[in-house]
Amino acid sequence: MANLNSLTISEARDKLKSREISSLELTNSCLSAIDAADALGAFVHKTPELAIEQAKLADERLKKENAPDLCGIPLGIKDLFCTKGIESQAASRILENFKPEYESTVSQNLLDNGTVMLGKLNMDEFAMGSSNETSIYGNAINPWKIDERGLTPGGSSGGSATAVAADLCLAATGTDTGGSIRQPAAFTGIVGVKPTYGRCSRWGVIAFASSLDQAGPMTKTVRDGAIMLEAMAGNDPKDSTSANIEVPNFEAMLTGDIKGKRIGIPKEYRLDGMPSEIEKLWSDGTEMLRQAGAKIENISLPHTKYALPAYYVIAPAEASSNLARYDGVRYGRRAALSSGDGINEMYEKTRAEGFGPEVKRRVMIGTYVLSAGFYDAYYNRARRVRALIKRDFDEIFADGVDAILTPTTPSAAFGLGEMSDADPVQMYLNDVFTVTVNLAGLPGVSIPAGVDKSGLPLGLQIIGRPWEEGDMLNIAYSLEQAAGFSSKPSKWW
Amino acid sequence: MSIDENTAAKVAKLARIEVESQDLTALAKEFNDILGFIEQLNEVDVEGIEPMTSVTPQKLIRRSDNITDGDKQSSVLKNAPLSREGFYAVPKVVE
Repeated sequence: MANLNSLTISEARDKLKSREISSLELTNSCLSAIDAADALGAFVHKTPELAIEQAKLADERLKKENAPDLCGIPLGIKDLFCTKGIESQAASRILENFKPEYESTVSQNLLDNGTVMLGKLNMDEFAMGSSNETSIYGNAINPWKIDERGLTPGGSSGGSATAVAADLCLAATGTDTGGSIRQPAAFTGIVGVKPTYGRCSRWGVIAFASSLDQAGPMTKTVRDGAIMLEAMAGNDPKDSTSANIEVPNFEAMLTGDIKGKRIGIPKEYRLDGMPSEIEKLWSDGTEMLRQAGAKIENISLPHTKYALPAYYVIAPAEASSNLARYDGVRYGRRAALSSGDGINEMYEKTRAEGFGPEVKRRVMIGTYVLSAGFYDAYYNRARRVRALIKRDFDEIFADGVDAILTPTTPSAAFGLGEMSDADPVQMYLNDVFTVTVNLAGLPGVSIPAGVDKSGLPLGLQIIGRPWEEGDMLNIAYSLEQAAGFSSKPSKWW
Repeated sequence: MSIDENTAAKVAKLARIEVESQDLTALAKEFNDILGFIEQLNEVDVEGIEPMTSVTPQKLIRRSDNITDGDKQSSVLKNAPLSREGFYAVPKVVE
């Protein structure tokens, strides 16, 4: 059977359970697709032997009753997840050759469900970036193409987005600190789910900004996102911020019935100079939800404007603290030292050659905003603004709004290298619609909802109430059905 | 607030990242671009608002004070760039 790799999780699940296909066939189909797609730069560490071994075990398990839904499903794992015995280097030189002695809780949860691990996926270094251009592995390239230019798949989960959009795997894990699942999902025409903070364990996920980081699924459909999120999520004693809240059967909540749901349209997300096609996408999406029986309400989230500047204090501050562990002693790479160099030279040289420019920039900004004399003016002020941003959402939800509809990104995918001359703040603006969700700890999902005038995919974002991913995904499912986005990039690689 | 090369050098030192002196001007400019963007936060009235410590209202859970793991010396040292006789090895710290 041709093109098994282009199946969705739910389609493959049904075929695996009915024994119409085997996991080994499915896995081999993905492995062939991966080997033919080196030009995309998505898979940076391939694990074909492991994949075949896991596929055979999954096929044994599938012979028995009650195999999990994900049993035998081949996945790609973002390089940010520690995977036992397999390179896990957060796309950084400083973690060169780091092979963890342990498995992250999320990837272990997936393995327990019988998934097949195809390899590690490209990303921005330490998840800092919106274009996958800060990776030590080189660029991941968007499978969507409109001219001779290579386009970014977005970031930081750029390799995950590329791999899913190009059918190299059935789905992938991502992580989202300011938009790193949802923005690349929008740029590549796939679904990306950022769960409520605390839904998925952060244990074993290389830390960027601990109060914002969340893992989530990147999939071809909303249904697949629901299936995979259920497997990834759950309380974990090894992460003290992991919530002890029951994980529902998200897939069972996808009824498509959203009659009477109250959907908020926040006026502050209507930016000056917003491209008309983003404007149109948003109003088309609003109309689709109205047609499906939802009640549309104009809402105000007055502190939206301050989300990005608050984020660019809080995230670098946490990063400067988290990345202090890369000292050339415990893991990863140590710089060559000159005779007479002491321990400080070892730290400074190791970190200078181990970190790329964007990571250094953020670590130093974080160091500055946490330093004596500036802690109150920057860090504490940003945390107070964060409290106000969260309060905006709390009030809207307390008024009975069920979910919020916004665009995912202010533009479609841009060309690789096009932002290289811009100042760093220009790149940060990619996250303008997504970053509020991280600051408030909310769930958000991006779904492909249309194309721009050149034919590139555009995404809409549904923001849900805390812990109500099921309801959020059901609204996204309804929108997905109405939008009927089914385009795929044509294969050029 | 404008950051000059001396401040940039001091921040680099605090962050334990070696920066060549010829790169300090460009670094200071980048800091100023980013801090200029952050300055917007001064427009917000934050009077009486507590800095957020946790995005979810839950209390941090305390684990019980038991030994749950151990005897992992070789695993712990496995990824060390340099180890000797069961310890991490670093340049001389104390004379």
